[in-house]
Amino acid sequence: MADEAKGGIEIHPMDQFIVKPLFGDGAINWYTPTNVTLWLFFAVVAVTLLMVVGTRGRAIVPSRSQSVGEMAYGFVYKMVEDVAGKEGLKYFPYIFTLFMYILLANFLGLIPMSFTTTSHIAVTAVLAGAVFITVTVLGFVKNGAGFLSLFWVSSAPLVLRPILAIIELISYFVRPVSHSIRLAGNVMAGHAVLKVFAGFAASLGVFSFIPIFGIVAIYALEVLVSAIQAYVFTILTCVYLKDALHPHH
Amino acid sequence: MATETTGGTEAAGMPQLEFSTFPNQIFWLVIALIAIYFILSRIAMPRIAAVLAERQGTITNDLAAAEELKLKAVEAEKAYEKALADARAEASQIVAEAKAEIQADLDVELQKADAEIAAKAAESEKAIAAIRESAAESVKEVAKDTAKELVAVLGGKADAKTVTAAVNARMKG
Repeated sequence: MADEAKGGIEIHPMDQFIVKPLFGDGAINWYTPTNVTLWLFFAVVAVTLLMVVGTRGRAIVPSRSQSVGEMAYGFVYKMVEDVAGKEGLKYFPYIFTLFMYILLANFLGLIPMSFTTTSHIAVTAVLAGAVFITVTVLGFVKNGAGFLSLFWVSSAPLVLRPILAIIELISYFVRPVSHSIRLAGNVMAGHAVLKVFAGFAASLGVFSFIPIFGIVAIYALEVLVSAIQAYVFTILTCVYLKDALHPHH
Repeated sequence: MATETTGGTEAAGMPQLEFSTFPNQIFWLVIALIAIYFILSRIAMPRIAAVLAERQGTITNDLAAAEELKLKAVEAEKAYEKALADARAEASQIVAEAKAEIQADLDVELQKADAEIAAKAAESEKAIAAIRESAAESVKEVAKDTAKELVAVLGGKADAKTVTAAVNARMKG
């Protein structure tokens, strides 16, 4: 990337998001191993390292890595229990999978020259879509037609209820969109800004320290955003799950 | 880096909206998620749950044991206090007994000493009385003799009876 900047201020902040085949230069079929594959694999490795290798001691007094694993487990467990209730704990493994994947993929994406899988709409849309479909199906299976009472605000005056029902319905279907774009947008924007600052640093010569300070500050912010977005995605999943389990307002 | 030349047209837009890569991303994502799900639900989560339960159990047991030990400590303290009070009472009793015994001994000794002193005093009085008597006797003798001698020297015939009577009267006087 530094080569391009030498030719003047020519910054390609979005180039980092290009999906490329790992081997050769051909077309990208659905099965082609790409940089997405590689970094998804790293995410799986990271989850394994933290949650399996890190906890191999099974110690009563935990080691550092075991402590971190237990903390993540306890954090998500409490979140599910608090938001979705005791019945929601049945779905804790799925929610924990989502949380660990998003958290570690976000952190892996912060490694310089890495590829951030969670910055792609395709990835987050699959996550959010899976949550949306699961929660909707679950709502109907658990409550039957009673799930529709989620849209019928019984505490509102009767005249307002049809209007509110339409609003609730729209907001319900907007959920997966906001759910997925929030994550991808946050991650993508932060990484693009980092790249823009890096481009400035490459072209400013002596004064490059100014954008480098900027990069440091934004990088710190991005570390925060990585954890917060994983948290937000997970807690929204819990909220949606709660709506499916207890649709009555 | 080789793709950057072909990516020249893409650079204007967003790689995120390159729909031709979607099947690829979705396919690999689903595989990764399934892998993570099985790693977590089969290995990591039962392990962590077991460790957490064990820890909770250990903590509960330790707390119960601590509570028990605390009760024992309170009991031990009570027993100690009681023993201390008993020992104090016993000690004061022993002190009182010893005092009484010593007092009794002392009384006996005092009485004995008093009796002895009284006996000695009476004896001494007797001795003094005897000495006094004998002294008076001697004085009478000397006085009679001296009176007889004086009368004889003065040329009279000393009547033993009158001299004695006169001396006795003088001694009394």
